Amino acid sequence: MSHSHDKQSLPSDPALRVLALESLLIEKGLVDRDALDALVETYEHKVGPHNGAKVVARAWKDAAYKARLLADATAAIGELGFGGLQGEHMIALENTASVHNMVVCTLCSCYPYPILGLPPVWYKSAPYRSRAVIDPRGVLRELGLELPERTEIRVWDSTAELRYLVVPQRPAGTEEMTEEQLASLVTRDTMIGVALVQAPKTSAACAPKIR
Amino acid sequence: MNGVHDMGGMDGMGPVRAQCGEPVFHHRWEARVFALVRAMGAFGRWNIDASRHQRELIPAAEYLRMSYYEKWLTGLTGLLLQHGFITEEELASGRPTPGLAKGTPALAAAMVAKFIARGAPASRGSSRVPRFRPGQPVRARNLNPVGHTRLPRYARGKAGTIDRVHGVFVLPDSNAHFQGERPQHVYSVRFEARELWGERAAPPDAVYVDLWEEYLDAA
Repeated sequence: MSHSHDKQSLPSDPALRVLALESLLIEKGLVDRDALDALVETYEHKVGPHNGAKVVARAWKDAAYKARLLADATAAIGELGFGGLQGEHMIALENTASVHNMVVCTLCSCYPYPILGLPPVWYKSAPYRSRAVIDPRGVLRELGLELPERTEIRVWDSTAELRYLVVPQRPAGTEEMTEEQLASLVTRDTMIGVALVQAPKTSAACAPKIR
Repeated sequence: MNGVHDMGGMDGMGPVRAQCGEPVFHHRWEARVFALVRAMGAFGRWNIDASRHQRELIPAAEYLRMSYYEKWLTGLTGLLLQHGFITEEELASGRPTPGLAKGTPALAAAMVAKFIARGAPASRGSSRVPRFRPGQPVRARNLNPVGHTRLPRYARGKAGTIDRVHGVFVLPDSNAHFQGERPQHVYSVRFEARELWGERAAPPDAVYVDLWEEYLDAA
């Protein structure tokens, strides 16, 4: 951006523009600063992939719950207390030995907030949005996942108000684990469908942090 | 509109780069934009489709250059101006027009939890009978509206199969332009990857796209 000295021009730095806009809207009595803080607090600290992980772990442990989740995901997710904004209409997709589901929003950045929080930068980026549908295998490879040729990849483009949760495959060797322990294995990326859940004690690239 | 936002199937955008340990917001101003969009959206003067369309109207070169929350900021600013919440003069000076009565926020702090929990369902109660049923072959229409649409270019004219019927939802094409909700059935349509991308695609793969009834013809 040019460094214009025209007094009418807005600051080009978005940080300054936002600061100015926020204070203008507060001064006009249109927004409540505490409400803004509460919104930020919610998505920064309360809502996140740990919610989705609880849903997946419950589905792995409880066959009846899994059946409800696959039949009516909005209601089943609601049983665990999650729902609302950008999760009003949920669909759960089960990964199996032969079918791998992954989710994209080619037109914008639709994402299931109540169970995954806000989307990471790569999910909203042009590279992912453009190529997930035409080259899912190449995209997965760039994200560190190589799937066998025979695996059927289903890419779900969130073009409407349906939001998708991928239920990843439960890894072997987890039969004795509690629901809470299982949930700790389930990362954000496995629920978008760009990673597989790792068996316990294997070290994934950056699994604990990307959640 | 056939904008650059409709990027499914394009090459040349570079590799996908994930960041380990990524924070929810990379800068404080991003968090403020996110919150401002929600707080001003609570007035109900526009809808999610209008909000998306506003971002689509960002000139293509700018759209590709801007970070995600810069696009949100640009879209929000446009909506605030259009709907009379602020004026160009106020935006330039950063000060409210003198003598103006103070407004009342649509979203008070005490309402935030309820606001999030309630969400904004786009489904509409309806006894309409779906025109298509699961398993039925369909073809996406070759529509090229200059306004907002959620029929991606890569699916237009392509043959697919109804996977499931989602129910009746608001139509973005009209709702984005405040021309009514025109509720109709939305379907998940399965397109074989080879139908969309030819030889480049792996034979077992498929793309599922959620499409409104008027985007589809029986095939």
